[in-house]
Amino acid sequence: MEQKLQKQPKIFSKVPPEEYFVSGHRGCVGCGEALAVRLVCKALGPNVIIANATGCMEVVSSQLPNTAWGVPWIHTLFENTAAVASGIECGLKVLRKKGRYSNENTIVAAMAGDGGTADIGMQALSGALERGHRFVYICFDNEAYMNTGIQRSSTTPFGASTTTSPAGKKSIGQLTWKKDLPSIAIAHNIPYVATASPSYPFDLINKVKKATTMKGPSYLHVFSVCPTGWRSAPELAIELGRLAVKTGIFPLYEVENGVYKINHEPSKLDPVKDYLKLQGRFRHLSDDTIKEIEKRVNSNFIELKRKMMCDDMRVV
Amino acid sequence: MAKSEDSLTLKDLNLGCVVTEPGNARQYKTGSWKSKRPVTDREKCNKCGLCYIYCPEGCIRVNNKGYFLSNYEYCKGCGICAHECPQEAITMIEEEEE
Repeated sequence: MEQKLQKQPKIFSKVPPEEYFVSGHRGCVGCGEALAVRLVCKALGPNVIIANATGCMEVVSSQLPNTAWGVPWIHTLFENTAAVASGIECGLKVLRKKGRYSNENTIVAAMAGDGGTADIGMQALSGALERGHRFVYICFDNEAYMNTGIQRSSTTPFGASTTTSPAGKKSIGQLTWKKDLPSIAIAHNIPYVATASPSYPFDLINKVKKATTMKGPSYLHVFSVCPTGWRSAPELAIELGRLAVKTGIFPLYEVENGVYKINHEPSKLDPVKDYLKLQGRFRHLSDDTIKEIEKRVNSNFIELKRKMMCDDMRVV
Repeated sequence: MAKSEDSLTLKDLNLGCVVTEPGNARQYKTGSWKSKRPVTDREKCNKCGLCYIYCPEGCIRVNNKGYFLSNYEYCKGCGICAHECPQEAITMIEEEEE
Protein backbone atom coordinates (compact mmCIF):
# COMPACT_ATOMS: atom_id res chain seq x y z
CA MET A 1 0.00 0.00 0.00
CA GLU A 2 2.73 2.43 0.99
CA GLN A 3 4.82 1.78 -2.10
CA LYS A 4 1.80 2.12 -4.32
CA LEU A 5 0.99 5.48 -2.78
CA GLN A 6 4.51 6.79 -3.22
CA LYS A 7 4.44 5.92 -6.90
CA GLN A 8 1.12 7.61 -7.42
CA PRO A 9 0.77 10.21 -4.69
CA LYS A 10 -1.97 12.35 -6.23
CA ILE A 11 -4.96 10.13 -5.48
CA PHE A 12 -6.82 13.12 -4.07
CA SER A 13 -7.20 14.49 -7.61
CA LYS A 14 -9.71 11.67 -8.31
CA VAL A 15 -12.10 13.33 -5.85
CA PRO A 16 -13.93 16.48 -7.03
CA PRO A 17 -12.45 19.45 -5.08
CA GLU A 18 -15.67 21.42 -4.49
CA GLU A 19 -17.44 21.06 -1.14
CA TYR A 20 -21.25 21.05 -1.10
CA PHE A 21 -21.57 19.82 2.47
CA VAL A 22 -19.41 22.34 4.27
CA SER A 23 -17.47 22.49 7.53
CA GLY A 24 -19.39 23.78 10.52
CA HIS A 25 -22.11 21.13 10.54
CA ARG A 26 -22.90 19.77 14.00
CA GLY A 27 -22.24 16.08 13.36
CA CYS A 28 -20.69 14.05 16.16
CA VAL A 29 -16.93 13.65 16.33
CA GLY A 30 -15.88 11.02 13.78
CA CYS A 31 -19.31 10.78 12.10
CA GLY A 32 -19.18 8.28 9.23
CA GLU A 33 -22.49 9.51 7.87
CA ALA A 34 -21.26 13.11 7.53
CA LEU A 35 -18.30 11.77 5.54
CA ALA A 36 -20.63 9.70 3.36
CA VAL A 37 -22.86 12.74 2.68
CA ARG A 38 -19.82 14.88 1.91
CA LEU A 39 -18.50 12.37 -0.65
CA VAL A 40 -21.95 11.77 -2.16
CA CYS A 41 -22.48 15.55 -2.57
CA LYS A 42 -19.07 15.86 -4.25
CA ALA A 43 -20.10 13.14 -6.70
CA LEU A 44 -23.56 14.62 -7.35
CA GLY A 45 -22.09 18.03 -8.19
CA PRO A 46 -23.74 21.47 -8.11
CA ASN A 47 -26.63 20.73 -10.48
CA VAL A 48 -28.83 18.83 -8.02
CA ILE A 49 -31.94 19.19 -5.86
CA ILE A 50 -31.86 17.16 -2.66
CA ALA A 51 -34.87 16.01 -0.64
CA ASN A 52 -33.66 14.97 2.80
CA ALA A 53 -35.70 13.03 5.33
CA THR A 54 -35.73 13.82 9.02
CA GLY A 55 -32.81 12.18 10.75
CA CYS A 56 -29.26 12.80 11.85
CA MET A 57 -28.22 14.52 8.62
CA GLU A 58 -31.15 16.92 8.71
CA VAL A 59 -30.59 17.84 12.34
CA VAL A 60 -26.85 18.39 12.19
CA SER A 61 -26.81 20.30 8.91
CA SER A 62 -29.73 22.71 9.14
CA GLN A 63 -29.83 24.48 12.47
CA LEU A 64 -31.59 27.76 11.84
CA PRO A 65 -30.28 30.24 10.67
CA ASN A 66 -27.44 28.14 9.28
CA THR A 67 -27.26 25.51 6.59
CA ALA A 68 -24.33 23.26 5.79
CA TRP A 69 -25.64 22.61 2.28
CA GLY A 70 -24.23 24.37 -0.76
CA VAL A 71 -26.93 23.00 -3.08
CA PRO A 72 -30.76 23.37 -3.15
CA TRP A 73 -32.04 21.24 -0.31
CA ILE A 74 -35.47 20.58 1.13
CA HIS A 75 -36.30 18.95 4.42
CA THR A 76 -39.10 16.40 4.26
CA LEU A 77 -40.77 14.23 6.83
CA PHE A 78 -39.67 10.69 7.59
CA GLU A 79 -42.39 9.07 5.53
CA ASN A 80 -42.47 11.05 2.29
CA THR A 81 -38.90 11.55 1.09
CA ALA A 82 -39.36 9.48 -2.05
CA ALA A 83 -42.74 11.11 -2.68
CA VAL A 84 -41.24 14.62 -2.43
CA ALA A 85 -38.38 13.62 -4.74
CA SER A 86 -40.82 12.24 -7.31
CA GLY A 87 -42.83 15.47 -7.01
CA ILE A 88 -39.72 17.54 -7.71
CA GLU A 89 -38.92 15.38 -10.73
CA CYS A 90 -42.46 15.74 -12.13
CA GLY A 91 -42.48 19.47 -11.37
CA LEU A 92 -39.26 19.97 -13.33
CA LYS A 93 -40.74 18.02 -16.26
CA VAL A 94 -43.80 20.29 -16.34
CA LEU A 95 -41.71 23.46 -16.03
CA ARG A 96 -39.51 22.30 -18.92
CA LYS A 97 -42.59 21.64 -21.06
CA LYS A 98 -43.85 25.15 -20.33
CA GLY A 99 -40.44 26.57 -21.19
CA ARG A 100 -39.83 28.03 -17.75
CA TYR A 101 -36.89 25.80 -16.84
CA SER A 102 -34.18 25.13 -19.39
CA ASN A 103 -31.66 22.97 -17.50
CA GLU A 104 -32.02 19.43 -18.85
CA ASN A 105 -29.53 17.74 -16.55
CA THR A 106 -30.73 18.60 -13.06
CA ILE A 107 -30.35 15.56 -10.84
CA VAL A 108 -33.04 14.84 -8.26
CA ALA A 109 -31.69 13.07 -5.18
CA ALA A 110 -33.44 11.77 -2.10
CA MET A 111 -31.49 11.11 1.07
CA ALA A 112 -32.72 9.31 4.15
CA GLY A 113 -31.45 7.31 7.05
CA ASP A 114 -32.20 3.67 7.63
CA GLY A 115 -35.26 4.45 9.76
CA GLY A 116 -36.66 6.78 7.13
CA THR A 117 -36.09 4.14 4.46
CA ALA A 118 -36.61 0.71 5.98
CA ASP A 119 -39.38 1.49 8.46
CA ILE A 120 -41.28 4.74 8.00
CA GLY A 121 -40.62 5.71 4.37
CA MET A 122 -40.89 2.23 2.91
CA GLN A 123 -44.22 2.58 1.11
CA ALA A 124 -43.36 5.99 -0.40
CA LEU A 125 -40.06 4.54 -1.63
CA SER A 126 -41.74 1.46 -3.06
CA GLY A 127 -44.30 3.63 -4.84
CA ALA A 128 -41.68 5.95 -6.32
CA LEU A 129 -39.54 3.05 -7.52
CA GLU A 130 -42.59 1.41 -9.09
CA ARG A 131 -43.67 4.61 -10.89
CA GLY A 132 -40.19 4.84 -12.42
CA HIS A 133 -39.29 8.44 -11.62
CA ARG A 134 -35.80 9.43 -12.67
CA PHE A 135 -34.12 10.04 -9.32
CA VAL A 136 -31.38 8.72 -7.06
CA TYR A 137 -32.42 7.44 -3.66
CA ILE A 138 -29.58 7.21 -1.16
CA CYS A 139 -30.05 5.46 2.16
CA PHE A 140 -27.45 6.17 4.82
CA ASP A 141 -27.53 3.10 7.01
CA ASN A 142 -26.22 3.58 10.55
CA GLU A 143 -28.27 0.65 11.82
CA ALA A 144 -30.54 2.38 14.38
CA TYR A 145 -32.42 5.63 15.09
CA MET A 146 -29.28 7.47 16.20
CA ASN A 147 -30.79 10.94 16.05
CA THR A 148 -33.34 10.29 18.79
CA GLY A 149 -31.03 8.26 21.03
CA ILE A 150 -30.16 4.84 19.57
CA GLN A 151 -33.50 3.05 19.24
CA ARG A 152 -33.59 -0.15 17.20
CA SER A 153 -34.72 0.00 13.58
CA SER A 154 -35.38 -2.88 11.22
CA THR A 155 -31.82 -2.65 9.88
CA THR A 156 -30.25 -3.10 13.33
CA PRO A 157 -28.17 -6.29 13.12
CA PHE A 158 -28.71 -9.38 15.26
CA GLY A 159 -27.20 -9.12 18.74
CA ALA A 160 -26.77 -5.35 18.81
CA SER A 161 -27.64 -3.63 22.07
CA THR A 162 -29.71 -0.47 21.68
CA THR A 163 -31.89 1.46 24.13
CA THR A 164 -35.04 -0.36 22.94
CA SER A 165 -33.33 -3.74 22.54
CA PRO A 166 -31.05 -3.69 25.57
CA ALA A 167 -28.71 -6.57 26.33
CA GLY A 168 -29.03 -8.11 29.78
CA LYS A 169 -29.56 -11.35 31.65
CA LYS A 170 -32.61 -12.39 29.64
CA SER A 171 -31.81 -10.89 26.24
CA ILE A 172 -28.82 -10.66 23.94
CA GLY A 173 -30.05 -7.41 22.39
CA GLN A 174 -31.66 -7.25 18.96
CA LEU A 175 -33.30 -10.60 18.20
CA THR A 176 -34.08 -10.18 14.51
CA TRP A 177 -31.75 -10.03 11.53
CA LYS A 178 -31.06 -6.99 9.41
CA LYS A 179 -33.68 -6.22 6.78
CA ASP A 180 -32.18 -6.65 3.32
CA LEU A 181 -33.11 -3.31 1.75
CA PRO A 182 -31.06 -3.58 -1.47
CA SER A 183 -32.87 -6.84 -2.28
CA ILE A 184 -36.23 -5.11 -1.78
CA ALA A 185 -35.11 -2.39 -4.20
CA ILE A 186 -33.86 -5.03 -6.69
CA ALA A 187 -37.28 -6.69 -6.54
CA HIS A 188 -38.78 -3.52 -8.08
CA ASN A 189 -36.77 -4.20 -11.28
CA ILE A 190 -35.17 -0.75 -11.29
CA PRO A 191 -32.12 0.02 -13.48
CA TYR A 192 -29.51 0.39 -10.77
CA VAL A 193 -29.08 -0.76 -7.18
CA ALA A 194 -25.76 -0.65 -5.33
CA THR A 195 -24.26 -0.86 -1.88
CA ALA A 196 -21.34 1.42 -1.01
CA SER A 197 -19.22 2.51 1.92
CA PRO A 198 -17.27 5.73 2.54
CA SER A 199 -14.33 3.55 3.57
CA TYR A 200 -14.01 2.84 -0.17
CA PRO A 201 -14.41 6.46 -1.38
CA PHE A 202 -13.64 6.00 -5.09
CA ASP A 203 -16.06 3.10 -5.34
CA LEU A 204 -18.73 5.25 -3.63
CA ILE A 205 -18.14 8.23 -5.94
CA ASN A 206 -18.18 6.04 -9.07
CA LYS A 207 -21.44 4.42 -8.00
CA VAL A 208 -23.16 7.76 -7.33
CA LYS A 209 -22.01 9.06 -10.73
CA LYS A 210 -23.24 5.90 -12.42
CA ALA A 211 -26.60 6.14 -10.64
CA THR A 212 -27.14 9.68 -11.96
CA THR A 213 -26.75 8.50 -15.56
CA MET A 214 -29.60 5.98 -15.34
CA LYS A 215 -32.89 6.67 -17.12
CA GLY A 216 -35.01 5.53 -14.20
CA PRO A 217 -34.86 5.29 -10.42
CA SER A 218 -31.68 4.11 -8.78
CA TYR A 219 -31.11 3.06 -5.20
CA LEU A 220 -27.89 3.30 -3.21
CA HIS A 221 -27.38 1.79 0.21
CA VAL A 222 -24.48 3.51 1.97
CA PHE A 223 -22.95 2.02 5.11
CA SER A 224 -22.41 4.81 7.67
CA VAL A 225 -20.46 4.07 10.83
CA CYS A 226 -21.86 5.82 13.92
CA PRO A 227 -19.26 5.97 16.73
CA THR A 228 -21.82 7.39 19.17
CA GLY A 229 -24.46 4.71 18.68
CA TRP A 230 -22.11 1.81 18.09
CA ARG A 231 -20.03 2.68 21.15
CA SER A 232 -16.79 2.63 19.16
CA ALA A 233 -13.77 4.93 19.07
CA PRO A 234 -14.26 7.90 16.69
CA GLU A 235 -10.94 7.33 14.88
CA LEU A 236 -12.07 3.80 13.93
CA ALA A 237 -14.96 4.98 11.74
CA ILE A 238 -13.17 4.22 8.46
CA GLU A 239 -11.56 1.05 9.80
CA LEU A 240 -14.95 -0.35 10.87
CA GLY A 241 -16.44 0.29 7.44
CA ARG A 242 -13.51 -1.53 5.89
CA LEU A 243 -13.83 -4.45 8.32
CA ALA A 244 -17.56 -4.74 7.57
CA VAL A 245 -16.69 -5.31 3.91
CA LYS A 246 -13.76 -7.64 4.61
CA THR A 247 -15.78 -9.83 6.99
CA GLY A 248 -18.71 -10.08 4.57
CA ILE A 249 -21.15 -8.31 6.92
CA PHE A 250 -21.71 -5.55 4.35
CA PRO A 251 -20.64 -6.79 0.89
CA LEU A 252 -20.11 -4.16 -1.79
CA TYR A 253 -22.05 -5.04 -4.93
CA GLU A 254 -24.07 -3.43 -7.68
CA VAL A 255 -26.98 -4.65 -9.75
CA GLU A 256 -27.26 -3.00 -13.13
CA ASN A 257 -30.38 -3.98 -15.08
CA GLY A 258 -30.66 -7.18 -13.08
CA VAL A 259 -27.03 -8.26 -13.49
CA TYR A 260 -25.10 -8.73 -10.24
CA LYS A 261 -21.51 -7.66 -9.80
CA ILE A 262 -19.49 -7.90 -6.57
CA ASN A 263 -17.11 -4.92 -6.44
CA HIS A 264 -14.90 -6.09 -3.63
CA GLU A 265 -14.58 -9.82 -3.29
CA PRO A 266 -12.13 -10.99 -0.64
CA SER A 267 -10.64 -14.41 -1.41
CA LYS A 268 -11.36 -15.42 2.17
CA LEU A 269 -13.69 -13.63 4.57
CA ASP A 270 -12.12 -12.35 7.80
CA PRO A 271 -13.62 -13.64 11.08
CA VAL A 272 -16.58 -11.45 12.13
CA LYS A 273 -15.10 -11.19 15.61
CA ASP A 274 -12.56 -8.64 14.25
CA TYR A 275 -15.47 -6.36 13.43
CA LEU A 276 -17.67 -7.06 16.46
CA LYS A 277 -15.04 -6.69 19.19
CA LEU A 278 -14.36 -3.04 18.31
CA GLN A 279 -17.94 -2.03 19.13
CA GLY A 280 -19.54 -1.63 22.55
CA ARG A 281 -22.97 -2.61 21.24
CA PHE A 282 -21.69 -6.18 20.62
CA ARG A 283 -19.52 -6.45 23.72
CA HIS A 284 -21.90 -8.82 25.57
CA LEU A 285 -22.00 -11.47 22.80
CA SER A 286 -20.82 -14.99 23.68
CA ASP A 287 -18.62 -17.07 21.38
CA ASP A 288 -21.58 -19.26 20.44
CA THR A 289 -23.62 -16.25 19.30
CA ILE A 290 -20.67 -14.92 17.33
CA LYS A 291 -20.39 -18.30 15.59
CA GLU A 292 -24.08 -18.14 14.75
CA ILE A 293 -23.62 -14.65 13.25
CA GLU A 294 -20.59 -15.84 11.29
CA LYS A 295 -22.55 -18.78 9.88
CA ARG A 296 -25.33 -16.50 8.72
CA VAL A 297 -22.92 -13.94 7.22
CA ASN A 298 -21.07 -16.67 5.32
CA SER A 299 -24.24 -18.22 3.93
CA ASN A 300 -25.48 -14.76 2.83
CA PHE A 301 -22.19 -14.11 1.07
CA ILE A 302 -22.32 -17.50 -0.70
CA GLU A 303 -25.88 -16.72 -1.77
CA LEU A 304 -24.72 -13.38 -3.22
CA LYS A 305 -21.86 -15.12 -5.07
CA ARG A 306 -24.30 -17.68 -6.43
CA LYS A 307 -26.49 -14.89 -7.83
CA MET A 308 -23.45 -13.32 -9.48
CA MET A 309 -22.36 -16.65 -10.97
CA CYS A 310 -25.86 -17.26 -12.35
CA ASP A 311 -25.63 -13.89 -14.12
CA ASP A 312 -22.19 -14.74 -15.50
CA MET A 313 -23.60 -17.92 -17.03
CA ARG A 314 -26.50 -15.98 -18.53
CA VAL A 315 -24.14 -13.52 -20.23
CA VAL A 316 -22.12 -16.42 -21.74
CA MET B 1 -23.85 36.59 6.54
CA ALA B 2 -26.64 35.41 8.78
CA LYS B 3 -26.74 36.73 12.32
CA SER B 4 -25.42 34.60 15.16
CA GLU B 5 -27.85 32.66 17.31
CA ASP B 6 -27.71 35.24 20.12
CA SER B 7 -28.63 38.27 18.04
CA LEU B 8 -31.21 36.55 15.83
CA THR B 9 -34.82 37.69 16.15
CA LEU B 10 -38.06 36.53 14.57
CA LYS B 11 -37.96 39.41 12.09
CA ASP B 12 -34.67 38.15 10.61
CA LEU B 13 -36.25 34.93 9.38
CA ASN B 14 -37.52 34.49 5.83
CA LEU B 15 -41.01 33.26 5.06
CA GLY B 16 -41.14 29.52 5.79
CA CYS B 17 -37.77 29.81 7.57
CA VAL B 18 -36.03 29.38 4.21
CA VAL B 19 -32.27 29.83 4.41
CA THR B 20 -31.09 31.50 1.20
CA GLU B 21 -27.37 31.68 1.83
CA PRO B 22 -25.65 28.42 0.80
CA GLY B 23 -23.18 26.89 3.22
CA ASN B 24 -23.40 29.57 5.91
CA ALA B 25 -22.80 26.92 8.60
CA ARG B 26 -19.16 27.92 8.14
CA GLN B 27 -19.77 30.79 10.55
CA TYR B 28 -20.28 28.23 13.32
CA LYS B 29 -16.78 27.23 14.41
CA THR B 30 -16.78 23.62 15.58
CA GLY B 31 -13.07 23.72 16.45
CA SER B 32 -13.81 24.38 20.11
CA TRP B 33 -15.21 20.83 20.43
CA LYS B 34 -11.85 19.10 20.14
CA SER B 35 -9.68 17.76 22.91
CA LYS B 36 -6.86 16.66 20.60
CA ARG B 37 -5.50 18.25 17.47
CA PRO B 38 -3.76 16.64 14.47
CA VAL B 39 -0.21 17.74 13.70
CA THR B 40 1.42 16.76 10.40
CA ASP B 41 5.10 15.79 10.23
CA ARG B 42 6.10 17.31 6.90
CA GLU B 43 9.13 15.06 6.51
CA LYS B 44 7.02 11.91 6.59
CA CYS B 45 4.06 13.30 4.58
CA ASN B 46 4.01 12.20 0.93
CA LYS B 47 1.12 14.52 0.01
CA CYS B 48 -1.20 11.65 -0.96
CA GLY B 49 -4.32 13.41 0.35
CA LEU B 50 -6.00 10.41 2.03
CA CYS B 51 -6.59 12.54 5.13
CA TYR B 52 -8.41 15.09 2.97
CA ILE B 53 -10.63 12.38 1.45
CA TYR B 54 -11.49 10.75 4.79
CA CYS B 55 -12.11 13.92 6.87
CA PRO B 56 -15.81 13.97 7.91
CA GLU B 57 -15.62 17.74 8.50
CA GLY B 58 -14.07 18.58 5.15
CA CYS B 59 -11.70 20.86 7.03
CA ILE B 60 -8.41 19.61 5.52
CA ARG B 61 -7.09 21.80 2.73
CA VAL B 62 -4.01 21.64 0.53
CA ASN B 63 -1.58 24.52 0.99
CA ASN B 64 0.59 26.14 -1.71
CA LYS B 65 3.42 23.66 -1.06
CA GLY B 66 1.12 20.66 -1.56
CA TYR B 67 0.80 19.64 2.10
CA PHE B 68 -2.62 18.76 3.49
CA LEU B 69 -3.26 20.68 6.68
CA SER B 70 -6.22 20.71 9.02
CA ASN B 71 -8.13 23.92 9.72
CA TYR B 72 -8.26 24.05 13.53
CA GLU B 73 -11.28 26.38 13.43
CA TYR B 74 -13.44 23.45 12.28
CA CYS B 75 -11.47 20.30 13.18
CA LYS B 76 -13.35 18.33 15.87
CA GLY B 77 -10.34 16.16 16.67
CA CYS B 78 -11.80 12.76 15.72
CA GLY B 79 -8.37 11.37 14.79
CA ILE B 80 -9.48 9.63 11.58
CA CYS B 81 -6.68 11.37 9.63
CA ALA B 82 -4.05 10.16 12.09
CA HIS B 83 -5.44 6.62 12.10
CA GLU B 84 -5.74 6.34 8.31
CA CYS B 85 -2.45 8.04 7.32
CA PRO B 86 -0.42 5.36 5.45
CA GLN B 87 2.85 7.15 6.32
CA GLU B 88 1.92 7.67 9.99
CA ALA B 89 2.82 11.31 9.50
CA ILE B 90 -0.07 12.70 11.58
CA THR B 91 -0.07 12.57 15.38
CA MET B 92 -2.81 13.71 17.73
CA ILE B 93 -1.58 15.98 20.51
CA GLU B 94 -3.54 17.13 23.54
CA GLU B 95 -5.10 20.58 23.41
CA GLU B 96 -3.72 22.68 26.25
CA GLU B 97 -4.80 25.97 27.75
CA GLU B 98 -2.66 28.76 26.45
